Amino acid sequence: MKKSWIILAVIAVLLLFAYSSVKSSYNNMVSMDEGVTAQWSQVENVYQRRSDLIPNLVNTVKGYADFEQETLTQVIEARAKATSVNINPDKLDAQSLQNFQNAQSGLSSALSKLMVVVEKYPDLKANQGFLDLQAQLEGTENRITVERMKFNESAQAYNTFIRKFPKNIFAGMFGFEKKAYFEAEQGAEKAPEVKF
Amino acid sequence: MKQFLLIFILSVLTFSVFAQDIPERPNPPRLVNDLANVLSDQEKQQLESELVQFNDQTSTQITIVTVPSLNGYEISDFAFRIGEKWGVGQKGKNNGIVIVFKPKTGNEKGLVFVAVGYGLEGVIPDAVANRNVVDYEMIPRFKQNDIYGGLSAGAHVLMSLASGEFTAADYQKKSAGKESGGGEAFFIIVMIIIVLVSLFKGGRGGHYNSGGSLPFWLAMGLLSGNRGGGSFGGFSGGGGSGGFGGFGGGSFGGGGAGGSW
Repeated sequence: MKKSWIILAVIAVLLLFAYSSVKSSYNNMVSMDEGVTAQWSQVENVYQRRSDLIPNLVNTVKGYADFEQETLTQVIEARAKATSVNINPDKLDAQSLQNFQNAQSGLSSALSKLMVVVEKYPDLKANQGFLDLQAQLEGTENRITVERMKFNESAQAYNTFIRKFPKNIFAGMFGFEKKAYFEAEQGAEKAPEVKF
Repeated sequence: MKQFLLIFILSVLTFSVFAQDIPERPNPPRLVNDLANVLSDQEKQQLESELVQFNDQTSTQITIVTVPSLNGYEISDFAFRIGEKWGVGQKGKNNGIVIVFKPKTGNEKGLVFVAVGYGLEGVIPDAVANRNVVDYEMIPRFKQNDIYGGLSAGAHVLMSLASGEFTAADYQKKSAGKESGGGEAFFIIVMIIIVLVSLFKGGRGGHYNSGGSLPFWLAMGLLSGNRGGGSFGGFSGGGGSGGFGGFGGGSFGGGGAGGSW
């Protein structure tokens, strides 16, 4: 009689222990997963902000540098392509992130080409509206860098968390998957060529 | 998979290596950090007292950092990392501004960048930071080697833009404490009571006293183990004490603008 009570008590304590450890791991995984998703939407926000700036930018440049049609068309096309790529925030794997990044880097290079071209137009460079747009565009590029870095940090924290023992067992049980990282863009390290 | 692991390891390594090149948070906390030695003591004190006063009134933190070198960073990146590492601005409000100044030396251009925290991006959009602060106030003075004048004038414009957005009273009522696991504790306590009651029922005599204290001790451990995880961003200025109380844990999203001369 007495013995069975002790055994029961021990089992109860062990169960409590197990429950508490699974619970806290699981809940942490959920909140970190949500953190990565929230950070992802920040990344999408800043990319969206960039594509929202483009119509204004193109119109302003058009007024001064109309014969740069080709560059402008490239920017518009790249923007259309970039905005058409949407990825599911619940499935941030390497493949979908790569697709997203490819589309966005097309826009990045079209924009940087445009920014090089406009150097040839002093009138445009003196236009306050254009200068403001340029500052906004630079600020947006900065935001993209910052948010991507923060995304990588939160994805890294999450990945490290779910891959550690014994949490990797729970992670596998509950279907928490590794998140992908942003990689440095190919060719990002070389500055655009300036030709006069 | 292997590749992935490699990238992962590399990114961790590069991050930890880079993080060391960003100046440490000043101790005791200061708003004017003249690491490049371009300001006189009196100029530093003047700027510091104005910025501390502004912090006391509005909770908005403007910090000025002059550095001899950017250690290979883009100046914008450098400024955001300082803001994030030091936690400039109040946590939750993100009302911090970091002004990074690198003097012109030899054939290297002078650089300045104003990084604006998330919470102030509305009142100080990039175009305004670029035009009203950097282009109009700072660069012309820096060109004449009036570093104090440029920093001071820039800071004044920033203060007038940012004032009104946040008030000191606003930040005194800090966001309420973290959500406590009330239901959780209740659940565990009920479990413990059941265990204890059953122990005593079965035990009768004093034999099981030690057995009774064990689950309780464990449960205390479990309870305290559930806490934690929240990060502490530093402490905020006490207000009215004269000196600067410390950075508040604000965050930066890439807003702001800079220039060179």
